[in-house]
Amino acid sequence: MLDTFMLSRIQFAANISFHILFPTITIAMCWFLCYFKVRFDLSGHPMWMRAYRFWVKVFALTFALGVVSGITMSFQFGTNWPGFMETVGNIAGPLLGYEVLTAFFLEATFLGVMLFGMGRVPNKVHTFSTFMVAIGTSLSAFWILALNSWMQTPTGFEMRDGVAHATDWWAIIFNPSFPYRLTHMLIASGLTAAFFIAGLSAYRLLKGDEKKAPRVALKTALIVAAILAPTQAFVGDLHGLNTLQHQPQKIAAIEGVWHTEKGAPLVLFGIPDEEQQTTHYAIEIPKVASLILTHEWDGELQGLNEFEGNHPPVAPLFYGFRIMVGVGMLMIAASWLGCWFWWRKRELPTWMYRGLIAMTFSGWIATLAGWYVTEIGRQPWLVTGVLTTADAVTTVPNTSVATSLALYLTLYTVLIIAYLRTLLVMSNRAIELEEYQSPTATAIQSPVMKAEAKA
Amino acid sequence: MSEAQWLPIVFVGLMGLAVLLYAILDGYDLGVGILLPNDNEQQRDTMIASIGPFWDANETWLVLAIGLLLIAFPEAHSEVMRELYLPTAIMLAGLILRGVAFDFRAKVALENKRTWDHIFRIGSLITSLSQGYMLGMYVMGFEYTAQSIGFSILSALGVTAAYAYIGAAWLVMKTEGELQVRAATWGRRCGWTCLAGIIAVCAVNPLVNPAVFEKWFTFPFVVAMGMIPITCFAMFAIVDRVLKKVPLPDDFGCWLPFVCAVIIFVLCFQGLAFSFYPYIVPGKIDIWQAASAPESLMFILYGAVIVVPVILAYTVFSYRVFWGKATELKYY
Ligand code: HDD
Ligand code: HEM
Ligand code: HEM
Repeated sequence: MLDTFMLSRIQFAANISFHILFPTITIAMCWFLCYFKVRFDLSGHPMWMRAYRFWVKVFALTFALGVVSGITMSFQFGTNWPGFMETVGNIAGPLLGYEVLTAFFLEATFLGVMLFGMGRVPNKVHTFSTFMVAIGTSLSAFWILALNSWMQTPTGFEMRDGVAHATDWWAIIFNPSFPYRLTHMLIASGLTAAFFIAGLSAYRLLKGDEKKAPRVALKTALIVAAILAPTQAFVGDLHGLNTLQHQPQKIAAIEGVWHTEKGAPLVLFGIPDEEQQTTHYAIEIPKVASLILTHEWDGELQGLNEFEGNHPPVAPLFYGFRIMVGVGMLMIAASWLGCWFWWRKRELPTWMYRGLIAMTFSGWIATLAGWYVTEIGRQPWLVTGVLTTADAVTTVPNTSVATSLALYLTLYTVLIIAYLRTLLVMSNRAIELEEYQSPTATAIQSPVMKAEAKA
Repeated sequence: MSEAQWLPIVFVGLMGLAVLLYAILDGYDLGVGILLPNDNEQQRDTMIASIGPFWDANETWLVLAIGLLLIAFPEAHSEVMRELYLPTAIMLAGLILRGVAFDFRAKVALENKRTWDHIFRIGSLITSLSQGYMLGMYVMGFEYTAQSIGFSILSALGVTAAYAYIGAAWLVMKTEGELQVRAATWGRRCGWTCLAGIIAVCAVNPLVNPAVFEKWFTFPFVVAMGMIPITCFAMFAIVDRVLKKVPLPDDFGCWLPFVCAVIIFVLCFQGLAFSFYPYIVPGKIDIWQAASAPESLMFILYGAVIVVPVILAYTVFSYRVFWGKATELKYY
């Protein structure tokens, strides 16, 4: 059987991968909900309320999955990586602590009011609560990414007796890769949510749903995606430059640069072979990698040969990066084409609807691919230059870890199937519902709804 | 006193507060989950509606408690987590199941709703049992002998009964009619089980831990601490009398059992905390040995001092919004 170390790695990767599926939707979707709600408050048009109501249910379900998988995450550090907390606990602890104090309570408490409070509180308070939840989810991304970025590019600390001690909290939080990572992740979340909303709305429209709500949701999502997708490519490029500065071995692996060279080509695709130190069947554009990364045709790129025994495995980074960028390009194309059709015809051709349905979960693919690049790219280090992953692992017997891993994997499989099926059920149900001017929708327009409280 | 001396005390206090709040708050909603009846869908709906707006925030106290252990006492956190590896995993599985069941049940096709209700109940049960088991193991100093496993199983049942008890009290407060009467019956039954559990823990704890014995049975303390069990018994008696009379005329005092149950939780917690302080891993690591660096604790303390009152304020706000009897949950 695999040893505790490998099992713990697999378990951590499985847990965080499962977890991130849900935050990446909820972080941005909550802002979509704020938008729908504000549009309704301003115009009083029931289609905005209907859009809000459908998506708030999807949001609630997604959020619930995010919360429970997140609780698992917060136990992980202690159960499987005690060395992590023992060495860098002085830094990681407070960052995690601030996440709980400022973000989790905010979102969890106002979530109740947001989901079930309409009709019990004045409308303004309800809108306010929706904003609070949105701020909470984004704040949570802020703190956890501060920690993760610090693990990639640690600053603002000193080592005493093998334990990291904070010297400058500002430098710890705003460490060199943090601004890039935070921006890139928030936009990733925006894209994931946008394509998710567009996909399910396209499904409803294709199935003959003639209501206005899915149309406005689709339009909003397409516009957001059309703005964010190119921005993401731009931000990703900056992120890459930043990484080149701080973790050159990661970029070397991503680009498949085996030996230091000037005027390195951009490898579009190929099959990296770590043993023979070359990329087979490479399709390349000469000099472009150097141009992108150094802004000079003949700029020098450090190759993997300079980091022998101290660089991450090449294949996962190489493929993962291309998957992410590929999906990113697809997103740019899809969102721009969609907007163009919408602008010209106020609807999309059938094949375009189908395409959007196919891309419903494209954000998940790119996000996971991106995270795998980032995280595997940090190996063998857990905290770059401070602590290796192998030194952090627990001494729990491997049978225990295998048991817990099996337990989690079973649960996750069941849950992901249940989640996807439920989304389908909810969409089908929404199609069947009559478009109606619901009595609550009109009542909500009156500013104070206390009278309704008992209804 | 230097920072290195008083900061751990402050943090162990904060952590204790988080654990206590967690036990009370998630206690009642886990209890409601355990009590979910098989035979009446409408009652299940009402019961779940009564906890709907709160469960997420309630669980966040667990995240805070474990977070504080991690932040302030990393060494103890590693030790405890290593010893309780499997029970923790099982508890997490339980928490996952119930957390999602709550949402799925309202959204899936109707014929699947029952299944998710079952999952909700089973998840709540698994969570409570494993928490009780962990408490037992903690008290026994993580020894894996037949004796301590037996005690931990007892503790698992006791904690589950306690959660069901406070859950029933919550339902008496938040519901009316037939369900309220039913909840009262549940409450009385759980009350007796719970009392038996508490007595068992009180008896065993000093017997297996000589240090605890000395603490409780030396002079000034024995008087002060004697008050704890006495008040506890009084509370049980009051609750039992009130529950017997449900439905109460005009619903007068429907909140009394819940308040008494909270007091019981506070007292039991007091007792446990008093037994072990200043140890964070009983008999092995005390809070000063386990504490992280003062500059890290200071950094988080500034935040906590500002943020915790704000959290309490909006928690109060949320409970006020959903004040009164539980009504059907609607997403609008
Ligand atoms: C970029 C975003 C992001 C990332 C990388 C992570 N999380 Fe997360 N997490 C969120 C974004 C988020 C969120 C958006 O705030 C969630 C999702 C749904 C929710 O309720 O909040 C959440 C929920 C959530 C919860 C439940 C909060 C509650 O009770 O409301 C916990 C305890 C964690 N997370 C812990 C973690 C840990 C320990 C992580 C890293 C190892 C982690 N999360 C990665
Ligand atoms: C949210 C998206 C994330 C994904 C998809 C992800 C994915 C991964 C993967 C695949 C590994 C295994 C790498 C390997 O061992 O080869 C890993 C390792 C690790 N990551 Fe992340 N990660 C994410 C976020 C985070 C965050 C936010 C933190 C902490 C703040 C974190 C902390 C760690 C730690 C402690 C490890 C070491 C364990 C290990 O190497 O398996 N990760 N992550
Ligand atoms: C289109 C061009 C894109 C480029 C050039 C790009 C670039 C990058 C780079 C260089 C990294 C690794 C950073 C590091 O660890 O050092 C990264 C990570 C990541 N990417 Fe992208 N990316 C692109 C598109 C996308 C898209 C479309 C998504 C998701 C919808 C996405 C999501 C992520 C995520 C979640 C990470 C890991 C977290 C982080 O390091 O920020 N990326 N990206």
